[in-house]
Amino acid sequence: MIATLNNHMPLREIVPAAQGRARISSIGARSFLLEAPGEFDLAAQRRIWALSQTVRGWPDIAEIVPGMTNLLAIFTEAPEDPDTVVARLLEAWDNARGIDLAGKTIEVPVHYGGEHAVDLPALCDLARLSDREVVRIHHEATYRVFALGSAPGFGYLHGLDQRIYMPRKTVPSLKMARGCVTIGGMQTGVAMLTGPNGWNSIGFAELQMFDPTSPTPAMMAPGDTVRFVPARIEL
Amino acid sequence: MIEIVETGPFNTVQDLGRPGYRDIGVSASGAMDPLAVRIGNILVGNEEGAAAIEVQTFPFSLRFDRRTVFAVTGADGDPLLDALELLSWCAYTAEAGQVLALKHPPTLARAYVSIGGGLDVPSVMGSRSTSLRGSFGGNAGRPLEKGDRIAVGNSTDLAPVPANGLAVIEPAVALREVFPDLVDGALPVRALPGGEHALFPDDGDAFWSQTWKISSRSDRTGYRLSGEPIKPTASIEMRSHGIMPGVIQVPPGGEPIVQMSDANTAGGYPKIAGVIECDLWRLGQARIGSRLRFVRSTHAEARAVEQAVARYVKDVRTTSEMVKRALRAMA
Repeated sequence: MIATLNNHMPLREIVPAAQGRARISSIGARSFLLEAPGEFDLAAQRRIWALSQTVRGWPDIAEIVPGMTNLLAIFTEAPEDPDTVVARLLEAWDNARGIDLAGKTIEVPVHYGGEHAVDLPALCDLARLSDREVVRIHHEATYRVFALGSAPGFGYLHGLDQRIYMPRKTVPSLKMARGCVTIGGMQTGVAMLTGPNGWNSIGFAELQMFDPTSPTPAMMAPGDTVRFVPARIEL
Repeated sequence: MIEIVETGPFNTVQDLGRPGYRDIGVSASGAMDPLAVRIGNILVGNEEGAAAIEVQTFPFSLRFDRRTVFAVTGADGDPLLDALELLSWCAYTAEAGQVLALKHPPTLARAYVSIGGGLDVPSVMGSRSTSLRGSFGGNAGRPLEKGDRIAVGNSTDLAPVPANGLAVIEPAVALREVFPDLVDGALPVRALPGGEHALFPDDGDAFWSQTWKISSRSDRTGYRLSGEPIKPTASIEMRSHGIMPGVIQVPPGGEPIVQMSDANTAGGYPKIAGVIECDLWRLGQARIGSRLRFVRSTHAEARAVEQAVARYVKDVRTTSEMVKRALRAMA
């Protein structure tokens, strides 16, 4: 079934976001993942935000989960004909014009360096930069929340300067503390749970960003702007 | 109130889960065998989604502090009410002070205790399920402990349960035609090819043709399978995307992970396949150390199974209401 779908959407084809076709696959019988073609950039994410708004309004949708330039659409039941669903999603993607979400600006005070910055030395080696420069580059950038996921309230932040890119670890840290300010590939974020974590920690933030008893449990939302403000630099 | 008299680790309060918040990173959680919870709740006169106790470590026992209707569903084996042996998949009335005890089930993994009125723990984000990872929901966001006392809601079901119980034919039997039995000791689990299926050689043959064992590193979050590792022909860097229970990911080591009820909301490992939702309850009843095989399915088959399950649940509801009405009329 999915093999046929993949035929007209070759795997990992790199094409500009404006042109190529999106790729759609199944997770079980009632969930469909649409992946935007092209670069991992704000233009693609803005189209995902637009697509999310459209798909959310469909009567047979149970839930949608926007990801990083992709969207998981969970339907209320397994469709009679998956090809119809695929066609609907592709059409919605083709018609999706990028929108900007009017988000709020969140300032996150960060204690850079110190006991939680366990991966800062390795990042300095990789980037061939001093710790001071790494910290400066990280806090001077402005980030956008692309999507939330992975842990309650965790925001995937886009806008990392490529000079401080650092791939995710192949062997995760077993017990990284909640609050660690981390870099995973070209993304950055603040760990929301203490536990195994494959991202690289360069600092620590105290800010409470998730409250299950609140009517809006997550502080961050897609489209928000995030700035990291050095509260303390301990190198 | 009910009081937990004896429990192992990781027994929790669960309902049908907390869907709708994956977009802020919150796992749905909910019972590993949601069909057992639905049937148990119908038997005791609750809404299908009332909160129940999921028991996955045994022995387990609880004491009722007042006359209470209850049912044990899910796992095999017979529960005990004081010294009296009872049937699973059957609603009974316990008297104040009586103790319900569950022994280790002979073959299956998880038993559910449904209580008339449901467990009255606070609803958090629309559900009473325990989020172990997030430490909220259920009973104070944590597994049950000896001595815990849990409030029971007021039953809206005015119809009495017959003195000798009200039983149902369990799904594994009633839906035998729809859920095939073990083949050579391996549970057949139906799945659809996933997004990165084409990256695995020979049309994923090594995945579909071997028998996998559920490893000891398996829990409500996911089952890690052990077997002959499978490797994609190319390694790719995936962007983080939403995932669902049932997704079968292949991490670099080559031994697949099936995400279960406490599934993470996002992932990035290649997805070779996804279990159809209607087969997840059977996986939820599969024990560590047991074996399974994946069977290639279709959307059409998944839909047919979904509909058969819906008919069965509706049948149970209609019949149990009919029986109770008749009993009330005779009383």
